[in-house]
Amino acid sequence: MASSYDYDDASLDSRYTRPPSAGQGSAGTDQGYDPNFVPDSVKTFVVHLYRHIREKNVYEIHQMYDGSFQRLSDRMFRESPWPSVEAIAPYVDNDHVFCLLYREMWFRHLYARLSPTGRQRVESWDNYCSLFSVVLHGVVNMQLPNQWLWDMVDEFVYQFQSYCQYRAKLKNKAEEELQLLRQYDQAWNVYGVLNYLQALVEKSAITDVLEREKEGLEQFAATDGYDYEGGTSNVLKMLGYYSMIGLLRVHCLLGDYHTGLKCLAPIDISQQGVYNVVIGSHISTIYHYGFANLMLRRYVEAIREFNKILLYILKYKQFHQKSPQYDQILKKNEQMYALLAICLSLCPQNNLVEENVNSQLRDKYNEKMTKMLRYDDEAYAVYDELFTYACPKFITPSAPVLEEPLTNYNQDAYRLQLKLFLYEVKQQQLLSGVRSFLKLYSTISIGKLAAYMEVDEPTLRTILMTYKHKMHAVDGDGKIIPNADVDFYISEDIVHVVESKPTKRYGDYFLRQILKFEEMIGELDRIKMD
Amino acid sequence: MGREQQQVSYTVEQLVSVNPYNPDILTDLENYVNEQVSSQTYSLDANLCLLRLYQFEPGRMSIPIVVQILIKALMAMPASDFSLCLFLIPEQVQMEEKFKTLIVLSHYLETARFRQFWDEAAKSRSILEVVPGFEQAIQAYAIHVLSLTYQKVPRPVLAEAINIEGLSLDKFIEHHVANSGWVLEKSHGRSQLIVLPRNEFNHPELKKHTAEGVPFEHVTRIFPMLS
Repeated sequence: MASSYDYDDASLDSRYTRPPSAGQGSAGTDQGYDPNFVPDSVKTFVVHLYRHIREKNVYEIHQMYDGSFQRLSDRMFRESPWPSVEAIAPYVDNDHVFCLLYREMWFRHLYARLSPTGRQRVESWDNYCSLFSVVLHGVVNMQLPNQWLWDMVDEFVYQFQSYCQYRAKLKNKAEEELQLLRQYDQAWNVYGVLNYLQALVEKSAITDVLEREKEGLEQFAATDGYDYEGGTSNVLKMLGYYSMIGLLRVHCLLGDYHTGLKCLAPIDISQQGVYNVVIGSHISTIYHYGFANLMLRRYVEAIREFNKILLYILKYKQFHQKSPQYDQILKKNEQMYALLAICLSLCPQNNLVEENVNSQLRDKYNEKMTKMLRYDDEAYAVYDELFTYACPKFITPSAPVLEEPLTNYNQDAYRLQLKLFLYEVKQQQLLSGVRSFLKLYSTISIGKLAAYMEVDEPTLRTILMTYKHKMHAVDGDGKIIPNADVDFYISEDIVHVVESKPTKRYGDYFLRQILKFEEMIGELDRIKMD
Repeated sequence: MGREQQQVSYTVEQLVSVNPYNPDILTDLENYVNEQVSSQTYSLDANLCLLRLYQFEPGRMSIPIVVQILIKALMAMPASDFSLCLFLIPEQVQMEEKFKTLIVLSHYLETARFRQFWDEAAKSRSILEVVPGFEQAIQAYAIHVLSLTYQKVPRPVLAEAINIEGLSLDKFIEHHVANSGWVLEKSHGRSQLIVLPRNEFNHPELKKHTAEGVPFEHVTRIFPMLS
């Protein structure tokens, strides 16, 4: 059951494919790696990057960050870390903040290409603490590209998740590793992680900014969060913004879906916003939002959002083929198809899924979805498989008990979430049978239906009530939302079936077309003037 | 004394929204659970916050407090609060007898098996009676499910769902006829029929086609063009 869930830390990060000869264990002591040797290309890189940052040339910074860094990594640092920060510091005036930024990239590269040691994990934690402290003190006046700022938060949460997995596997740890865990028990502690993210959200006052933007009092999404005129730093604001998504992610890892959604609430995902400027943040937001709604049994909401993002990825993924995030995009894409399959099996819907997405879904999961609708043992196996494939890498946040017997408990959190999910699936076991019968009749007596379903009348009544209960979700405000595509009501002992007609969303359609044509007219006008 | 308690709970809610990731508020949250029980109030956010802190520091978990949280969550049905709480409680802890009982009770409620629920609840009275208002909350949930399902519900079905019979049931029905828009009818032959209030779930013609409506904010997007 758990075989596809267990993994090596290094392969967690599908952003890079690991070359087969990449070293396990302590990177940095590989032969041939001299942390103090700075090749000329690296010298040029840091000097230029430093200059661009000082000159607030966001475009150039982005080119170097997204382009040059990857190219140099591919060419020269496939299997070894970049030069140490001490070695490059002299070329950048020993600038404290630049060194923190460089170190953050240094560790990110290490995690992606190699396998970090316990000590390196702790050092990375220290670096994040220093970096965030500097930002929180408001003394940073750079403008950095959104991609970089998103990557920082994303990586921060990822390394936290990785560390929790790492320290939950105690069985085969060497004594010195255990000693390190004892000594640095504050590294990556869950309070620290959550409080840094929370502090970034608060100090940046990002929720106020978003409120004011809604009332038209402030530009935010319109400038992608940058300040083109004033040149004030966007770092704290954007880190605060992305930290909301980071908090959603951490809460999902803990199994607290309700609070996770609350953390995301200031961001209105029904609109365009800064969250979908960087595709990584867009996908991460919707993936976790959808997953949280799935666990909260708000299947229709999850289906709607998965549908939108899968359509988006279908249309635009070709533009990201060269990007280092491409593999991650594809992976999340596949996972969301799996989650969509689960949602549609638990809560069948007409017309919520766009045509192209639907055909992709059928290609990948038609057989499995048919199986899931059967609700027998084979069905549970499929639910298990898809959930395991698509779920976040849940963590056990508490500190490890470093005494005998040493065990591996890194799968405990996942097993609990899976168990509770399958429990919910089991409770819906009989509903599929009811649906197929209801579709055949417009009215039917309880007695007859009970006979067809081979249950007694009281049991049928409970089944029908269960159907009603499960098909009506309770949203965040306590409102009841009907989800069923096939509905009914009972009058004494006759069941009256009501099939919901798919409603055409004329209003939305017209609005979209009006906006589109307006845009086109605007463009045509511009051409005339040239 | 009462006002003092009210001040504490106001502060707890603030704590939960402003400084939730803080082990020092654990005792405050535990006291708040006791207060929710005694004053028949409920706060999902505060209770989830406490369960998270227990997750971070398993040594400080208090089983009686968690039992109270779970019972309160059951009372919040049809909301899925109960499973939200379970997501945060480690598997081994869920093996405790009391939790197993509560999970069984939740299962019966989720699958509308009211007769089995009330039987089991009677056996577990000692666990449940610590939380006042439990019975009424479950009866409210039962009526909710009946209202989703039935336009006209036979008296025996109602009786089984809310675990009231005879004269008490008569009184109960009378009360709802007077206050909640219930209507009594005679069914052909046997028992009484209770006509439940019309809503969009048991009267599909009442369903507001909200999908057709367009949120105001979306319409405002085209205002610049209309001028």
